[in-house]
Amino acid sequence: MSRRPGGELRNGEALPLEGLPALSADLFVAEVEAALKTGARLSALLTLPGRVRGTAPLLAVLSVPESGTLLALRSLPVKRFPSLTPSFPQAHLFEREIFEASGVIPAGHPALAPVRFPPTAEADPAIGTQPFFQVEGGEVHEVAVGPVHAGVIEPGHFRFQCLGEEVLHLGISLGYQHRGVERALREEPPARALHYAETLAGDTTIGHALAHCQAREALAGIQVPARGHALRAAALELERLANHTGDLGAMAGDVGFLPTAAFCGRLRGDFLNMTAQLCGSRFGRGMVRPGGTAFDLDSSGADELRQKLTTALREVAGAVGLLWESGSVRMRFEETGTVSATRARELGLVGVAARACGLARDVRAEFPTGYYRFFQLPVSTSPAGDVFARAFVRWMEIERSGEFLLNLLQSMPAGPVRAEMKEPAAGMLAVSLTEGWRGEICHVLLTGDGNRLTAAKVVDPSFHNWTGLALALRGGQISDFPLCNKSFNLSYCGTDL
Amino acid sequence: MNHPLLERWRQGYRTFPYPQRAPALPARFRGLPRFAAGACPEGCRHCLDACPLGALEAGQRLHPTLDLGRCIFCGDCAAACPSQRLTFSGEYRLAARRRPDLLLDGQPSASCEPLPPPLLKLFGRSLKLRQVSAGGCNACEADANVLNTPGYDLARFGIQFVASPRHADGLLITGPVSQNMRQALLDTWEGTPEPRLVIACGSCAIGGGPYAGHPEVNGGVEPLLKVDLFVPGCPPHPYTLLHGLLALLGRLER
Repeated sequence: MSRRPGGELRNGEALPLEGLPALSADLFVAEVEAALKTGARLSALLTLPGRVRGTAPLLAVLSVPESGTLLALRSLPVKRFPSLTPSFPQAHLFEREIFEASGVIPAGHPALAPVRFPPTAEADPAIGTQPFFQVEGGEVHEVAVGPVHAGVIEPGHFRFQCLGEEVLHLGISLGYQHRGVERALREEPPARALHYAETLAGDTTIGHALAHCQAREALAGIQVPARGHALRAAALELERLANHTGDLGAMAGDVGFLPTAAFCGRLRGDFLNMTAQLCGSRFGRGMVRPGGTAFDLDSSGADELRQKLTTALREVAGAVGLLWESGSVRMRFEETGTVSATRARELGLVGVAARACGLARDVRAEFPTGYYRFFQLPVSTSPAGDVFARAFVRWMEIERSGEFLLNLLQSMPAGPVRAEMKEPAAGMLAVSLTEGWRGEICHVLLTGDGNRLTAAKVVDPSFHNWTGLALALRGGQISDFPLCNKSFNLSYCGTDL
Repeated sequence: MNHPLLERWRQGYRTFPYPQRAPALPARFRGLPRFAAGACPEGCRHCLDACPLGALEAGQRLHPTLDLGRCIFCGDCAAACPSQRLTFSGEYRLAARRRPDLLLDGQPSASCEPLPPPLLKLFGRSLKLRQVSAGGCNACEADANVLNTPGYDLARFGIQFVASPRHADGLLITGPVSQNMRQALLDTWEGTPEPRLVIACGSCAIGGGPYAGHPEVNGGVEPLLKVDLFVPGCPPHPYTLLHGLLALLGRLER
């Protein structure tokens, strides 16, 4: 790649912000576009804190799979910049977020609607009262769902524009789970930061805690011991196994195939209990800590875990195998909720949703950190882009993560699990990516004085993928929505922060 | 060749005989925190300073008071205690009917009282709950939902999560009640016929959890709604929630 006026860094590294040239708005956008044109992806786009509302410097983090590196670009403080969205739709939600949070205007953005509706006194529009995109016509009707849903799930609002049974468009409006996490990472006591990371998306406790700690370690310039890396990878893959198994069960349930739904519901719990064997919490709370992990696993514990894992993997194979051999399941899964590879690329989909469109996107392979730098996992893809592909990618990942874990538990490096943390220098920018079970998690931290952060950006994979769900519904029926929604299984609180 | 019936036979009968038998919890499970008998050294503040959420308060007692309603069971306080006087036990029974019972000098857990007789007559054998996530991170939601799986089989106790507040006897609320969910939560409560119960599930719903003090959240269900059952944990273990529900319905031997 040609030399660009930005900072190149590896995943989990930090650099001084001052080292990045401050570009004009036009040059900044031109550089981002040049990188995107040559195959880079937008992992984060944000504003750094400005002195007055409406003026702030922009920061872009681009992941460049070709070189396995990340590119950071920043601008001078700007009031407006030419919107990237018309040419690169993957920027659309980032730009809406920027406008909402900082007042900086992405000029030419086609739909600058709010994202999270922060509940301030002057909040306008208040959540739920904004105008929605509407299709007009005598036969067209609109169906509104949420924020409270029928199941035991998080809240969000959906608007279906329908012509008869056909869904012409699905509008998704979130923000109901907004808890002010990014603000709090800057303003609340630093001791809470890790607990925000662990509860950013509770089903991704390990993924987010790992991304956060990796960034902290980069800022402090410390090395995590090899055994700590191994245990972190074990916890991350257990989290993937639990959630993928649960999702396959839930998708089976949504097409009325109850055997797999029941078996997988129970088996998901078995994986969660394995995480609890590691750290006492089924969701991995307390496992990942800055510098390494809070818990070790002795050899008898590793043997016990291997045995439990072997049994659970065999039982998952039996439970999930039923899906592929049942005609009624295949009929409902295949050609439902299709997203093309082109659309997936344009929207910047990540994780399972992207791999189910045939895109080999996986942080563990493209930008590996820790244990994944030494032990590779093959990337699982399936080309069809439909519910079936999203189910099948999950199944392949269960097999591969299972095998990876069985090997890992047999050959854990010796030594300590945690290194002593140090206070980071001020003005350092760290970028950290992890492959959570949903996909790419990106944390960007910028240090101030005395262990404080002046900027914190969290990008959950869901943030990239919600529009993929909306497009999957086009041309389908409302009755396909639960199944499509489950096949993406995106996080509301991870998006709403 | 896989066949659903053959696979059913292979998977076996998996419902755990709770409450006849106590559940097996992992050795590292962090349940009810306990202070050792006797007094803490005077002036010692290690646990108070280690708690990221201020759940511990120094008082006139032999040891600090720990508020289970604000505790996220991270274990930092126990790790910081220089004399190992504070430990997390394997006791999973944490639910309480009254907020003060969650202060560690009170009597949380096994003593959770059932509903008064008229309500017990109504709900004791059939309780339908509408779950509302109001800023919850999906951990409480997931471990409430898991009660529907064969291992716990919630329905055998006559307890069910239902799709509409109109069908519900009460709400099971998770999350710190984000301001953006406040109205939707109140609307759902209004839509639930009386008499109705309110269950605050998880540290966030009880006292805001890690989000306590944020202007973006209400800091828990109270004082918006009166709470009938508090279930501590971050998230509560499924057995902690199940124990709380069964105790509320007078279904456990006391």
